[in-house]
Amino acid sequence: MTTLLAASAGGQAALDGPSPARTGRLRRRSRLIAILFVLPALVINLLVIAGPTVVSIGASFTKWNGITAPQFIGLDNWVKLAGDPSFLNAIGHNFVYLIIFLTVPMAMGLVGAFMLSRVRRGAALFRVLYFIPYLLVSVINAQIWRNLLDPEFGIASLLRGVGIHWLDDVYFFADEKFALYSVAFVDNWHFWGFLLVLFLAAMQGIDPSLYEAARIDGASAWHEFRYIVLPGILPTITFALTIIAIGSLLTYDYPFILTGGGPAGATDVGSLLVNRTAFIARQAGYASTIALALSLLSAVFLVLFSFLRRREEN
Amino acid sequence: MSSITSVLRRRPREADSRPGGLGPTPVSYTVLIILGLFAFLPVLVLLFNSLKSSYEIGINPLGLPSELDWSNFADAWRQGNMARGFVNTTILVAGTIVGTWICAGSAAYALARLDLPFKRGIETYLFVVISLPVQMFIVPLFFLWVQLHLINTLFGLIIIYVATSTPFSVLLLRTFLVGIPRELDEAARLDGANEFQVATRVILPLSWPGFLTVGLVSGLGAYSELLFAVTFLIDPTLFPVATSFLQFSSGFTQLYNLVNAAGVIIVLPLIALFLVMQRRFIAGLATGGTKG
Repeated sequence: MTTLLAASAGGQAALDGPSPARTGRLRRRSRLIAILFVLPALVINLLVIAGPTVVSIGASFTKWNGITAPQFIGLDNWVKLAGDPSFLNAIGHNFVYLIIFLTVPMAMGLVGAFMLSRVRRGAALFRVLYFIPYLLVSVINAQIWRNLLDPEFGIASLLRGVGIHWLDDVYFFADEKFALYSVAFVDNWHFWGFLLVLFLAAMQGIDPSLYEAARIDGASAWHEFRYIVLPGILPTITFALTIIAIGSLLTYDYPFILTGGGPAGATDVGSLLVNRTAFIARQAGYASTIALALSLLSAVFLVLFSFLRRREEN
Repeated sequence: MSSITSVLRRRPREADSRPGGLGPTPVSYTVLIILGLFAFLPVLVLLFNSLKSSYEIGINPLGLPSELDWSNFADAWRQGNMARGFVNTTILVAGTIVGTWICAGSAAYALARLDLPFKRGIETYLFVVISLPVQMFIVPLFFLWVQLHLINTLFGLIIIYVATSTPFSVLLLRTFLVGIPRELDEAARLDGANEFQVATRVILPLSWPGFLTVGLVSGLGAYSELLFAVTFLIDPTLFPVATSFLQFSSGFTQLYNLVNAAGVIIVLPLIALFLVMQRRFIAGLATGGTKG
C-alpha cells in the first residue's frame, strides 16, 4: 500500500515539477520504504543476537538461574572466574588449540596451495579432494576418525598385520596424554583443505607478470614463494589468522562429539564449560561471565589482526 | 563463512590465470598426492565399511569390501530413523534458506539501492555482528526461547539460523546489487513499476547468482549445525539427521557397518551438491546478466 502511494506521489511530482515541500515529503516516504525493507532483518537480529548479547553482558554481573529475577552481585563472578580452576583448565586447552591451528593447517594450506598453483594436470581433482573433508558434517568426520584411531579396528590393526605394535594399546581419545591432540588432529583434518582453497584463490589473483619477471631473473621456487606469493596473499593470511584465532577460542563441535570434554577434563574447552554451567548447573549469570571473557579474548585477537591488516594496507 | 563464497565465485577465473608447469613438478605432485590421500583415504574407508557385513568389518576393518552388502543402507535408514531425520533437516534447511533470502535480500536491497538513513552505521554494525561469537548470546537466548515457547521447536531453530546467517548474507548480496546499473530500475520506475515490482521483477532476476551463493552457504550451515541443535532441541523426534546420527553412532557402536552406512547417506547429498554447484557457479557467472 505504501509503495503504491509512493509510486503515485512520484508520478504527481514529476508532473508538477519540484517544489520544496513535495520533495521533502517524497524523501521521507522513500526513506520509510527503505526502512520497511530493513525491518525483517533488524527485528530478527534484535531478537536473537543484539538483545541477548546486551542481556548477557548485564547478566555477567548477576547471580541468575535463567528463570527467576537476576540478583546484582557486582564483580563477584569476575573474581570467581579469575581463580576458577575449571575455567583456567578449559581456557588453557583453547590456547593449545590455538597454537596448533596457527601452525599445522596454516603450513599445510600454504604449501599445498603453492604446489597446486604450480601444476595443471589434475589440479581440479586435487582441489575437490582437499575440500571434501571441510564439506562433511562434523559428527561424521568424528565417526570416521573414531574408527581409524580405534586400537582394535583402526590403523593399529593394520600396523599389527605387519608386525608393528606401537599403537596396540593407545586409546587416542580416552588417554589424558593424547586426547586433546587427537581432537585437534581430527578438527585439523576437517579444516586445512578450506585454508588451502582460500590461499589458492588468493594466489590466482596475483598478477602473472610478477612471476614472469621473477622467472626471467632466474628465481627459484622458494624465492617465488617468499618474495611474490607470500606478500601477494598477505591480506588473505591475516584473514585466515583471524578466523583461526576466533575459531580456536570458541571451538565446540569436535570436543563435544569426540570426548565431551573428558577424560577428566583433559579436552574441556571454554564453550563446553559455558553450556554446562548455563544449562546443567543452571548458573546463567556465571556462564555469561565465562562467555563474555571468551568473547573479549577473541575480540583482542580481532583487533590485533585488523590492526596488522591496516598496517599492511598503508 | 563469507570467504567460502568468494572462493567459489573466483573459481572460473582460474583457467586463464597461471602459465604453470615450470619448476619441480615431481616434488609438487608427490606432496599433492600425499595430501590428497590424507584428505580422501579416511572418506574412502567410511565408504568401504558402509558396504561390508558386520562380520567382515571385524576381520577386515580398513580394506576393500570382499562383496558389496547394499542392505546396510536400508537397515541404517530404518534403524536410525533417518526418514524422520531427513524430514526435520529438510524443514530446517528450506526454512533457513527462504528466511535468509527474505531478510538478507530485502535489507541488502535497501542498503544498495534505496534511500536508507544511517547506511554506514548499519554496515559497521553488520561487520561487528558477524564477528560476534555464539557464546556471547546463547545463554540469554536459551532462556528467552523457553519463555517464548520456541524451545524444542524447529521453527525456533530456524529463526536462530536465519538470524545468524543474515548479517554476512546482507554484505554479500549488497555487492551483487550494487553492481547492477541504476538505469535498469529507473527505466522500470518510469514505466510505472512500484518499489516492490522493481525489486522482484528487475533486480532479483539479475542477482540470482548472489542468492544462489547465499542459499548454498546458509543451507549448508543449517544442514551441519550442531551446537544450537543439541542445545535447543530436546525431543529426539525433532532432531535433524546430523544430530540423530550422533545418537545413533553412540548407541550402536558395535554395528560399525550401519553407522558407516548412515554416515554415507548423510554425506552423499553434500558431495553431490558440491560437485553440481561447482559447475553451476561457473555457468552462472559466464551467462549471468550485466556483470561480465
